[in-house]
Amino acid sequence: MYLVQDASFLAPEIKMIRLEAPRIAKHQQAGQFVIVRVHEQGERIPLTIADSDASTITLIVQGVGKTTRLLNQLQAGDAILDVVGPLGRPSEIQLYGRTLVIGGGVGSAIAWPLAVALKAAGNEVVVVIGAKTQRFVILEKELTQACDQLFVMTDDGSYGEQGLVTDKLRELIHSQSPWNYVMAIGPIPMMKAVAETTRPAGIPTTASLNPIMIDGTGMCGGCRVLVGGETRFACVDGPEFDAHLVDFDVLAQRNKLYRQQEQAALQEPPERTAAALSQTHPCRLSELTSNLPSSSKGE
Amino acid sequence: MADRLPPKERTKIPRQEMPEQDPLQRANNFLEVNTGFDAALAQKEAQRCLQCVNPHCVHGCPVGVKVREVIDLVLDGKYLEAAAKIREDNVLPAVTGRVCPQEHQCEGSCILAKRFAPLAIGHIERFVADYEQRTGQVGLPPCAPPTGKRVAIIGSGPAGLSCAGDLVLQGHQAVVLEALHELGGVLAYGIPEFRLPKAIVQQEIDNLRKLGVEFQTNVVVGKTVTVDELLGEEGYDAVFIATGAGLPRFMNLPGEHLGGVYSANEFLTRVNLMKAYDPQHSDSPVFDCRGRSVAVIGGGNTAIDAVRTALRLGAAHAWLIYRRSETEMPARAEERRHAIAEGVQFLTLHNPIEFVGNEQGLLTGVKLVKMEPGEPDESGRRRPRPLPDTERTLPVEMVVVAIGAGANPLVQTSLPDLQTNRWGYITVDPASMATSKRGVFAGGDIVSGSATVILAMAAGRQAAQAISDFLKDGEWPNVVARGGECESNYP
Ligand SMILES: Cc1cc2nc3c(=O)[nH]c(=O)nc-3n(C[C@H](O)[C@H](O)[C@H](O)COP(=O)(O)OP(=O)(O)OC[C@H]3O[C@@H](n4cnc5c(N)ncnc54)[C@H](O)[C@@H]3O)c2cc1C
Ligand SMILES: Cc1cc2nc3c(=O)[nH]c(=O)nc-3n(C[C@H](O)[C@H](O)[C@H](O)COP(=O)(O)OP(=O)(O)OC[C@H]3O[C@@H](n4cnc5c(N)ncnc54)[C@H](O)[C@@H]3O)c2cc1C
Ligand code: FES
Repeated sequence: MYLVQDASFLAPEIKMIRLEAPRIAKHQQAGQFVIVRVHEQGERIPLTIADSDASTITLIVQGVGKTTRLLNQLQAGDAILDVVGPLGRPSEIQLYGRTLVIGGGVGSAIAWPLAVALKAAGNEVVVVIGAKTQRFVILEKELTQACDQLFVMTDDGSYGEQGLVTDKLRELIHSQSPWNYVMAIGPIPMMKAVAETTRPAGIPTTASLNPIMIDGTGMCGGCRVLVGGETRFACVDGPEFDAHLVDFDVLAQRNKLYRQQEQAALQEPPERTAAALSQTHPCRLSELTSNLPSSSKGE
Repeated sequence: MADRLPPKERTKIPRQEMPEQDPLQRANNFLEVNTGFDAALAQKEAQRCLQCVNPHCVHGCPVGVKVREVIDLVLDGKYLEAAAKIREDNVLPAVTGRVCPQEHQCEGSCILAKRFAPLAIGHIERFVADYEQRTGQVGLPPCAPPTGKRVAIIGSGPAGLSCAGDLVLQGHQAVVLEALHELGGVLAYGIPEFRLPKAIVQQEIDNLRKLGVEFQTNVVVGKTVTVDELLGEEGYDAVFIATGAGLPRFMNLPGEHLGGVYSANEFLTRVNLMKAYDPQHSDSPVFDCRGRSVAVIGGGNTAIDAVRTALRLGAAHAWLIYRRSETEMPARAEERRHAIAEGVQFLTLHNPIEFVGNEQGLLTGVKLVKMEPGEPDESGRRRPRPLPDTERTLPVEMVVVAIGAGANPLVQTSLPDLQTNRWGYITVDPASMATSKRGVFAGGDIVSGSATVILAMAAGRQAAQAISDFLKDGEWPNVVARGGECESNYP
């Protein structure tokens, strides 16, 4: 059981959850993720660690399907059944020089620890984040503090500048080159577009991939991605790869494999979701933990 | 002691058949295929034992279960004592009674096998273990007085579990650290419910818990905590690495990234660990096999498990594609027989060369080539080679690649001074299972390459003994580590 210490919405459907997980917090580095299972019948899903302190880790979750929406219902005092990590390789934080971090949607959450780490390594860091509309702009304050300059793009122009993150990227490449390094995190089409934009300019670019995962330890092979014509496992070899080598089309296709089942899961009667959540609700927490062997209580 | 039949009479009794679910019925459910001996059948079968003075079956068992003594106890109706006798050497009798390749081990060495059918030792073992569970009077052996020493065991598969069991018996504290949320290793995520019910695995783990073994799930050693930290600030006196060979192998064929192409580990994990066969009670999805054609590639236990699982998930056609002949398959004979009875179609002496898909990136077929047996290789088996101009495409919507597994590298990469061989398996001193790093031992599939449950358990026992010796005198075996010399187990 992993206790939720804080939970609050940053934007509609985007929730920040702070969890007690001391062993994970101690080892966490920028770019790494955890795999969580909310309740007994839940699936295992990966989520990036956005922040950590001595004993807690922070996750930022966008409700897109069954499990992430369930996570969005959690409140302080609730608990998550399983949290395992930190998984994946940490980002390669080096002194690149002038770096650009581009986050789309909930990707901005992942951009945050990266921007902090890149800045701490002595880089000049410019961040571009994109959102559909003003209500979905997240972590603006935190990112402003973490980097040298922040640009906010919205599809409808309701906040920041109107346009896509790649519009800003193109503009920055043309007006302020040279850029030494670009990091892209967000929806697959966005990362693909960023890669295509930086390719002609020859700017080294990394993308943080989000394939479907189960174990996160290299055991199932489900997270395999095609990078430079080679099969790599995103959970242990990634999740970050050279964006110019990634086959984003294969990634997009593989992520669609369970679309039908996912849709069906969302249509399920709310009772089942409610019942599932009550399994880990605090009023049942004492009962649940008393059934557990002492060693597997939390961390 | 009960009166025994004269030897001549004993050989007249035929080997007792294991009762099983009707093939056509079981092909549609995940309930156990074998339903188990009752006391009468166990008695009758036990009477066939010739009570050899020098019982070969005991030597045939990698952990040396005292088969003869067990059979004596069964004949006397002392089933609980029989189970306790097995437990002296084997902490997972209900598991091994179900999944051991007995035909190559105890039963393979049985003297009866020369002229008659061998004694059904596995079935009797399963009976006494189940009997013990039903009565709830598990004959747990007493533990030695506490030594105050603590050992961390990485991985909760059979190697880790048997090592932990032996260590607590010797009075040490044993803490098992497992990366997944459930305990058991392959027993939990790989071997399907219809062959090894998860409740059986959990029972055996509960028995270990009662003995005093501690378990921590969701801990990935090398990530959540390092071996150096375990030996340092976490205060363990020794570490046993039993992380298994859980790295899926692919064939590097065109089309391997198509939707519908699975590794055996992913397919079986979704179904076994995540219960994807029961969408009413599980949020994890799996490929919808209903009415579809499915092909599984390989000839080991994993392949047979995968193809039978696909059949149970409703596949209209379930093919097993293997590049050698059926008799050369490494899978247990019983499982092959069961699979065929259930409707699995074997396509032997065939090998895939390409996966074919549609514009949506979904698999539509597998291109195969016929094979013929060629020259014998190092293993003595004839290496199959493709026959020219025999290509054809089998229309299938799902493929499971089950050609074996490699060494899981997580612990090794976080521990650079740990010696491994060129395939990533940990090298150990074969006598003591000691690695190149002081205080660290290793065993099971991560040393030997993919093997069997009982061999992993034997390695766990051997390591427990060596660890115990080390904890007593602190003497580190001064032997050059030598390792699992295996590359691929693609049969
Ligand atoms: C390394 C990594 C880090 C991630 N970090 C974050 C994060 O910080 N915040 C966040 O909101 N999301 C993150 N994601 C994505 C998140 O895991 C998925 O949104 C989530 O799994 C969807 O689950 P669901 O049941 O709510 O939706 P579903 O209805 O199951 O799926 C919706 C879509 O999510 C994707 N998806 C489904 N299952 C998985 C899975 N097991 N792994 C990955 N993607 C899946 C598929 O594209 C699917 O179409 C990350 C993914 C990866 C691989
Ligand atoms: C589908 C299938 C069917 C099989 N059928 C049979 C059969 O019928 N009979 C038979 O005798 N054998 C069978 N085998 C082989 C047998 O299961 C294995 O040989 C045996 O399980 C190996 O045991 P092990 O303890 O070495 O490793 P495993 O059982 O692989 O267990 C290793 C455990 O370590 C965990 N782990 C890995 N890395 C870490 C880490 N860094 N930190 C913490 N934990 C970690 C894993 O999650 C896993 O739980 C089968 C195998 C498969 C895959
Ligand atoms: S998630 Fe299973 S191998 Fe990466």
